[in-house]
Amino acid sequence: MAKTQSKSLFTADLVVPAIKASFVKLNPAELIRNPVMFVTAAVAALMTILLVVGQDDLTTGFKLQLVVWLWLTVLFGTFAEALAEGRGKAQAASLRAAKAELIAKRLIGDGPHHDSVPASQLKIGDIVLVETGDLIPSDGEVVAGVASVNEAAITGESAPVIREAGGDRSAVTAGTRVISDEIRVKVTVEPGKGFLDRMIALVEGAERQKTPNEVALTLLLVGLTIIFLIAVATVPGFASYAGGSIPVAVLAALLITLIPTTIAALLSAIGIAGMDRLVRFNVLAKSGRAVEAAGDVDVLLLDKTGTITIGDRQASEFRAVGGASEAELAEAALLASLADETPEGRSIVVLAKDRFALQRTMPADAEVIPFTAQTRVSGIRIGDALIQKGAVDSILRAHPGSGETAAATELRRVTDEIARAGGTPLAVAHNGRLLGAIFLKDVVKAGIRERFGELRAMGIRTVMITGDNPLTAAAIAAEAGVDDFLAQATPEDKLALIRKEQQGGKLVAMCGDGTNDAPALAQADVGVAMNTGTQAAREAGNMVDLDSDPTKLIEVVGLGKQLLMTRGALTTFSVANDVAKYFAIIPAMFVALYPGLGVLNVMGLATPESAILSAIIFNALIIPLLVPLALKGVAYRPMAAGPLLARNLAVYGLGGLIAPFIGIKIIDLLVGGLGLA
Amino acid sequence: MTFAGWALILGFVAILIALTKPVGLWLFALYEGRRTPLHIVLGPVERSFYRLSGIDPQAEQSWRRYALHMLLFNAMLMAFTYAVLRLQGVLPGNPQGLPGLSPHLAFNTAISFTTNTNWQSYGGESTMSNLSQMLGLTIHNFLSAATGIALAFALFRGFARRQAQTIGNFWADMTRVTLYLLLPLCVAYTLFLIASGVPQTMAGVVDVTTLEGAKQSLLLGPVASQEAIKMIGTNGGGFFNANSAHPFENPTALTNLVQMLSIFLIGFGLTWTFGKAVGNTRQGWAILAAMTVLFLAGVTVTYWQEAAGNPILHALGTAGGNMEGKEVRFGIAASALFSVVTTAASCGAVNAMHDSFTALGGMIPLFNMQLGEVVIGGVGAGIYGFLLFAILTVFVAGLMVGRTPEYVGKKIESREVKLAVLAIAVLPLMILGFASLSSVLEQGLAGPLNKGPHGFSEILYAFTSAVANNGSAFAGLTANTPYYNWLLGVAMWVGRFFIIVPMLAIAGSLAAKRYTPESAGSFPTTGALWVGLLVGIILIVGGLTFLPSLALGPIADHLAMIRGQSF
Repeated sequence: MAKTQSKSLFTADLVVPAIKASFVKLNPAELIRNPVMFVTAAVAALMTILLVVGQDDLTTGFKLQLVVWLWLTVLFGTFAEALAEGRGKAQAASLRAAKAELIAKRLIGDGPHHDSVPASQLKIGDIVLVETGDLIPSDGEVVAGVASVNEAAITGESAPVIREAGGDRSAVTAGTRVISDEIRVKVTVEPGKGFLDRMIALVEGAERQKTPNEVALTLLLVGLTIIFLIAVATVPGFASYAGGSIPVAVLAALLITLIPTTIAALLSAIGIAGMDRLVRFNVLAKSGRAVEAAGDVDVLLLDKTGTITIGDRQASEFRAVGGASEAELAEAALLASLADETPEGRSIVVLAKDRFALQRTMPADAEVIPFTAQTRVSGIRIGDALIQKGAVDSILRAHPGSGETAAATELRRVTDEIARAGGTPLAVAHNGRLLGAIFLKDVVKAGIRERFGELRAMGIRTVMITGDNPLTAAAIAAEAGVDDFLAQATPEDKLALIRKEQQGGKLVAMCGDGTNDAPALAQADVGVAMNTGTQAAREAGNMVDLDSDPTKLIEVVGLGKQLLMTRGALTTFSVANDVAKYFAIIPAMFVALYPGLGVLNVMGLATPESAILSAIIFNALIIPLLVPLALKGVAYRPMAAGPLLARNLAVYGLGGLIAPFIGIKIIDLLVGGLGLA
Repeated sequence: MTFAGWALILGFVAILIALTKPVGLWLFALYEGRRTPLHIVLGPVERSFYRLSGIDPQAEQSWRRYALHMLLFNAMLMAFTYAVLRLQGVLPGNPQGLPGLSPHLAFNTAISFTTNTNWQSYGGESTMSNLSQMLGLTIHNFLSAATGIALAFALFRGFARRQAQTIGNFWADMTRVTLYLLLPLCVAYTLFLIASGVPQTMAGVVDVTTLEGAKQSLLLGPVASQEAIKMIGTNGGGFFNANSAHPFENPTALTNLVQMLSIFLIGFGLTWTFGKAVGNTRQGWAILAAMTVLFLAGVTVTYWQEAAGNPILHALGTAGGNMEGKEVRFGIAASALFSVVTTAASCGAVNAMHDSFTALGGMIPLFNMQLGEVVIGGVGAGIYGFLLFAILTVFVAGLMVGRTPEYVGKKIESREVKLAVLAIAVLPLMILGFASLSSVLEQGLAGPLNKGPHGFSEILYAFTSAVANNGSAFAGLTANTPYYNWLLGVAMWVGRFFIIVPMLAIAGSLAAKRYTPESAGSFPTTGALWVGLLVGIILIVGGLTFLPSLALGPIADHLAMIRGQSF
């Protein structure tokens, strides 16, 4: 499942199986799930029978054409669904390949021996050994070791990721390959219920259930069908008063053109395609409900790092204290960072070079002091000179007594200033003497301010979540243009914030990766878990982002909205179509009773038969014509609801009113020209 | 069409718009159960009423309980009226010695007045004794109107309340509406009518000598009081068979204007009350705007058609508009306006004979009713019917802004959609179903006076009027037969209560929902776009269903008229 996969809609390998499937889907047991199409099929079947046994004044040729177009209406509907499913099935096939024939090296007791069993026989709690080159047999948690894993089979990303025991990078997925080292994995799911299995089921649409919104829409369509059924069923009585009768075939045509076949035929295709778009976007939604909820989101909780700012901070300034010169500080910082391969470390080297033209190579006698979680300080020892850098408190702690110096007081003042400006201070000390602080600046992503502006126009509030202190957070929030921020956020704070927003009737979306994010992910209406995150986080969220890109939350909201908009647009179009169809069929139906009613034939359709046929042909053909729109979704641009409605109403409401007048007229000319009626 | 005619129509609307907020405010006080200035006098009456009947006005009811009490109350009233009408012959207050009514006529009439329809299959003065009129019928004029307003309040509460299990107290709503709104308004209105020359007396018949010297018996009675509630409560059942065309019911141009205003008064006010109840009066104005657009469109067609007149008569040398069946006192504009007002609201009072209108002129009253009486509508019933369409509109078009549809802060989900469609489907089912049946059955075909499409219009109009609880008659149809009495009775019953119960269920479901605050991303339900959308959906979903029937009735009738064909 490559990321850039964007197949054309109508390639032969998709269309041919879809045509086959569209006939299979005529099975009444399956068709009843879509009541409007079921009615259409029932009418088509009735007309087929009447074609043989019926008695009326209509020609057999006319009735035959009618029957053919009625069946085509149903088939176009099943075809749309089959085509949408087919696109998912193609993806499922490549996923299945990844899952085929997984063999597990199951440890016996605590090891070191293991036996080989098929992955399908693993049970929760089993520990398996995965060595270099092995496929991971089951979803689970790394309990020992660290390894680099290629997860291309599910993410489409070929760069390996690190998986290690403990912490937030411990979850592994069946079907991914260990490419270095070995790990022990504790199985956490039953066979057949893993991530890959769920993904296959999802993209295939096998477990598809109607979402709440689809259920409501289906009810509306059923209601409209009943109303139009009444309108049509009562016509024979009225006609009999006028001293005539209406052939069943004509009534059938009127019914089918009035009931909302267009939207009903495309409804499930829209839903499947919406999920599919998300999958193509490398986001897996665990349910259609989650995708719809994404469209309704009012508040977005966004992690600062990686979403609002680029993940790495950049050194931007040297602030010397205690009489040290700026150059002295820069040189010390440079030396301390020579061995520091983090982006922040490299940016210090670059800044020192740019600012003071300093150029240093690693001295031969240098001893690198690596960063450890205990000291939280790194540095270098060259001869008897010890240069250290680290968080201000950590440096002061490393040199007891240094906190009382005048330099320390000055340093605290400087670090406050840096924090207030949205930066992170990094203190530098030379043999315990405080030289000053490096200003590490959070760099706000280009264009993010504009995106937040768009979200605001759409009525969505953005809240930045950060571990930074309130001063820093406020500065970055102002620069990025978010509406609010939550500083020094703990998982409990996040959860409380989500609950508070929900109390006020808001829907909240967030993303997270750590185990401690799990409660908040579960509480949020839309929780996007990062694929690199822990198993707990992946279970708690209702979506998983395979690329682990937190910025995507914004796009997910857009996709949710697009899905709902597509449904609304096609429903409106379908309902608006009825006006023209009435004006095609009513005069054709009644002109024999009252010739004066011919004036209602505003389209000037050639004959009553041609008018009826044209309406039913238009009604059928509009379905395949709208399949691309249903599968791709309506054009979506972030804007406020008012202009958005005006725009969509002009296109799909007004368009739906006018288009059939033109379409039916053209078909009528063709039908007349070809001598079909 | 004349300038004076249009000045009347537009002036009429302008007066109502000016009255909307004051009336809405008064209704809002009753909706909230707040004190009004009238409490000083009527407060003790209200409290003693509660004490006597053992009602706690503070006791809130769930939608089921509210519906149950409303249904039981109406069923009891109906049974009471049925008994009074059947026993008329043996009851007192019957100076003319009129006999009891037949079962089918009593059934039809009891339902008719209980459902605020006031369809009259009988001639008022020649069938009903004074006791029947006052005890059996007038009581409904108040209570059926109060029921409609109470139900509208219940639905408003559904929209306004948050995570609530209850939608008010039926008895408290009924009492407050009757005591603080209908009664005082009717007292003042009655006095105005008496001053204008409408009789209000218990004396029966007065013999007079006409200018030609002939003897004539004039029937009098408590006309003014009946007239007031007939209009205010959109009941429409007149004291006299000629209804508001009768000079004793509607003596002057001023009473004619006030009668039309009073039909719409509460309907206009309730739109404001709704807006206030949901915390944004612009929501109310938007609804009123959509209603007014539909109303003015209807008036335009009817006035234009009536003013244009009948080409067949023109050919015979009768110039001018269509004056058949109209009072010369009122003329074309005031008659056309009255007909659209009375059918837009489910009043049914008439000051001209709709059957004599031109085909298209008469189609508008028909179409107004087929939309479900949502253009202003009957008191209460108009706005709750309209809100059902609003729910439908929000659902069809609301998705286009990319959110789950919401209306005034409440999400519209499958339960609301299901119930709204169910309620709306009642109209075509009953109107078209019964009209179709009557077009085939011998008993049905015996009804209409005219042949051809006009005869069909007469049948269609009768069932439309019944289901929509309007009660106006197209005349022409002989409705006082067992067939039509039974069938129309059922139509009125279903048309009222099969819409009310789903509507109350929606109120209950909405009340239980949490409130979704409005944002820039919410579907806008104020402003011109929304108004246009509402009108569009009402016409397409509510109106198009009836196009086949209209094509075979008034439209075919009209086209035949143009071609000089008569039946």
